[in-house]
Amino acid sequence: MSGEHAPSTPVAADKASLLTPFNIVTGLIVFVGLILTLLRFTKGLAGVTNLSDNNPWGIWISFDLLCGVALAAGGYTTSAACYVFGLKRYHSAVRPAILTAFLGYALVVFALHYDVGRPWRLPYPIFYSPGPTSVLFEVGLCVFLYLNVLFLEWTPSALEWLGLKKWRNVMVKMTLALTIFGVVLSTMHQSSLGALFLIAPSKLHPLWYSSYLPVFFFISSIAAGLSMVIFEGTLSHRYLHDKMDEHYLSAHDQVHLGFGRGAAVVLVIYFFLKLVGLALDNTWHYLLTGYGAMYSLELLGFVALPALLYAVGVREKNLKIIRWAAVLTVLGIVLNRFNVSWFAFNWQLPAAERYFPSWMEVAVSIYIVTVGLLLFRFIATRMPIFHEHPDFKEAEPEEEPHAHETRPHPQSFGH
Amino acid sequence: MQRRQFLGLLGATAATAVLGKAAQAGPKHFTGYPDSFGVLFDATRCIGCRRCEAGCNRVNHLPAPPRPFDDLSVLDTRRRTDARTFTVVNRYPTARGPVYRKNQCQHCLEPACASSCFVAAYAKTPQGAVIWDEKVCVGCRYCMIACPFDIPTFEYANPWSPKIMKCHLCHPHLTAGKLRVPGCVGACPTEALVYGRRADLIREARQRFHLFPGRYLDHIYGEHEMGGTNWLYISGVPFSQIGLREDLGVTPAPEFTSGALAAVPIIAAAWPALLLGIYAISQAKDKAARQEKREALTEALARAQAKCEAELAKVKAKAEADKKAAIEREVKKALEEAAKAQAAKEEGE
Amino acid sequence: MEFFTYHDFTMYTKGAAYVLMAVTLLGILGFWLFLTERDEDKLIK
Ligand code: SF4
Ligand code: SF4
Repeated sequence: MSGEHAPSTPVAADKASLLTPFNIVTGLIVFVGLILTLLRFTKGLAGVTNLSDNNPWGIWISFDLLCGVALAAGGYTTSAACYVFGLKRYHSAVRPAILTAFLGYALVVFALHYDVGRPWRLPYPIFYSPGPTSVLFEVGLCVFLYLNVLFLEWTPSALEWLGLKKWRNVMVKMTLALTIFGVVLSTMHQSSLGALFLIAPSKLHPLWYSSYLPVFFFISSIAAGLSMVIFEGTLSHRYLHDKMDEHYLSAHDQVHLGFGRGAAVVLVIYFFLKLVGLALDNTWHYLLTGYGAMYSLELLGFVALPALLYAVGVREKNLKIIRWAAVLTVLGIVLNRFNVSWFAFNWQLPAAERYFPSWMEVAVSIYIVTVGLLLFRFIATRMPIFHEHPDFKEAEPEEEPHAHETRPHPQSFGH
Repeated sequence: MQRRQFLGLLGATAATAVLGKAAQAGPKHFTGYPDSFGVLFDATRCIGCRRCEAGCNRVNHLPAPPRPFDDLSVLDTRRRTDARTFTVVNRYPTARGPVYRKNQCQHCLEPACASSCFVAAYAKTPQGAVIWDEKVCVGCRYCMIACPFDIPTFEYANPWSPKIMKCHLCHPHLTAGKLRVPGCVGACPTEALVYGRRADLIREARQRFHLFPGRYLDHIYGEHEMGGTNWLYISGVPFSQIGLREDLGVTPAPEFTSGALAAVPIIAAAWPALLLGIYAISQAKDKAARQEKREALTEALARAQAKCEAELAKVKAKAEADKKAAIEREVKKALEEAAKAQAAKEEGE
Repeated sequence: MEFFTYHDFTMYTKGAAYVLMAVTLLGILGFWLFLTERDEDKLIK
């Protein structure tokens, strides 16, 4: 995350001066990103990346794809909690989470355009020449469908902003179906991202290779999603405070407590399943090697520790501890994805043939995250994300959900 | 199976489902195309002359290498296939002196590359070659991740139409009738390479084991590795010493992922049902809670009202009683007064 | 139809599985609507 030093009132900044530190930094990043884009599409992948025939996937896959998708899991976890499990008090967290997820997935697809050799063929697997034996086919299909679902889930915010009441109500009625479809698709592709590596048991270190890989990826994505909601909520709370309404602010702490409790449970389950993974493959002895140290760090420092912190934070109702646990969990997910796809992948190769990203690869990843941040800020400062639109209050889980639709509306609309 | 057959096959699926003739279901063992061809490489015969590399380069019109093919000093460093080289020969120092081994696509019976490709750009031909189709490749490079032998390579320097480059066992040249054996095989001066039916090659290898005792290890690399390959190796030194991994196992690559893929439809079928169930329960609970609340409210109201009425009645009754008592008192008083007056009157008379 | 390689076999069967999956998802939705059609308080409206 590169641009955390945002001024507190972005709208005011627009009016005052464009030369705020935030604008300078992001402007610079975007400028470098555009130059590298040009380089990528004139000199090829060799011009900007350190990829090689032995290391065909670099951080554009490890970070942009694997971490991007895992950290955008807040969308399906939050909407499932609210609309399926009926935890209505989390309602205020749904919109920011959906927006983040939508932007997250859109950026994942955007980033893939840099990584694959012929980006304009990205629709091929779905529309032209499907390869159903491939796990990547499954990932591609689900990511494509889920991106559409997220878009539809997000449209009510945009339609409220535009004042298109009729369409907005049509979309709202589809909420449950979209949510369930979203959970199905997320389960599939979150797990399939782990399953991608099942085909290469000879290249992935035995500590990380497990037939449980899809399960690990799915379960850890839930923890990642819940933690990201807490993490982002904390950041947004700081920088977009003036965009939040009473309803959001009063529910804020409750949401974080509830999600902290959920994340604690999920992390504990994940921890024990990871141990079962070791037991099933009998790979305990690797724990005493260098890779074992890395594995223990990941499992103890970034799974067990945050689980404990979450539990303590929830017991003591201490939001500070919960937020630290969220940060640790998010870092742990990143570490895990890096381990599977990078640090422990191709471990059989001599050190000289291993992959290390070029600064340009890192810069492109930062550029893409920055673009996401700017889009998020643009949307969240304009559309009803952190507050409810005055005309579309959902104040109570009312008995007559459509009562407000028939209410005469003071404004007149174009339709 | 060719890529484009897939969609057509989907139509057939419906037919099969209706007819109930589940094609090849159950624990079927697949043994590959029966008459497929391959190459047997004999490491005891290879002299490291690099003529096969040159032959491959020539028949496939690949760019000239930085150093010519007769420069044997390139053998000092270990090389792998790259975007301009389908095959390389490496020298390995062993207990039996230097041993050379040629490396290229093994043309697996169950290719990991084909199984991993999400546009089905690869095909295993009945003739044995594993070929790749430029017309659909997206350039995701998942096939390179999947190949256990690190064979497919990528044109990283090509910005718009990078290709996957790998040995195709001269399939296009052989089917076009331009060649009778693959370019490398035709160029080999020592018959370290033999082209033929895979079954025959396996027999041939065993025969050599038999004819030259002590010369070979009793193992044909590629007979079972990764489910078997069309390219086969025999050697006098352990294969791990000449750069062939012996820890790959015999499981065909598609089997590593088919289990996980089989779990996907379970999610599609079970999740919606489960989630709708949970939704219904939570909804019912909400409703029940609301109902309870409402009932409790009306009950409380009724109770309060009843209490109120009772109180009122009591007050009323008391008031009534009071009133009555007061009247009685007044009457009594009046009567007494009247009586007194009577008495006084009587006394006065 | 005869398959010589497990790869071809899975190409065929996984393709069929995906088609059935789409049918399943739509089918469940339809079935659910059918199931709850007469309910007073419908879950999906
Ligand atoms: S060796 Fe690699 S590229 Fe060749 S067929 Fe086998 S998996 Fe595919
Ligand atoms: S790089 Fe091309 S051939 Fe290889 S898996 Fe991707 S689409 Fe298929």
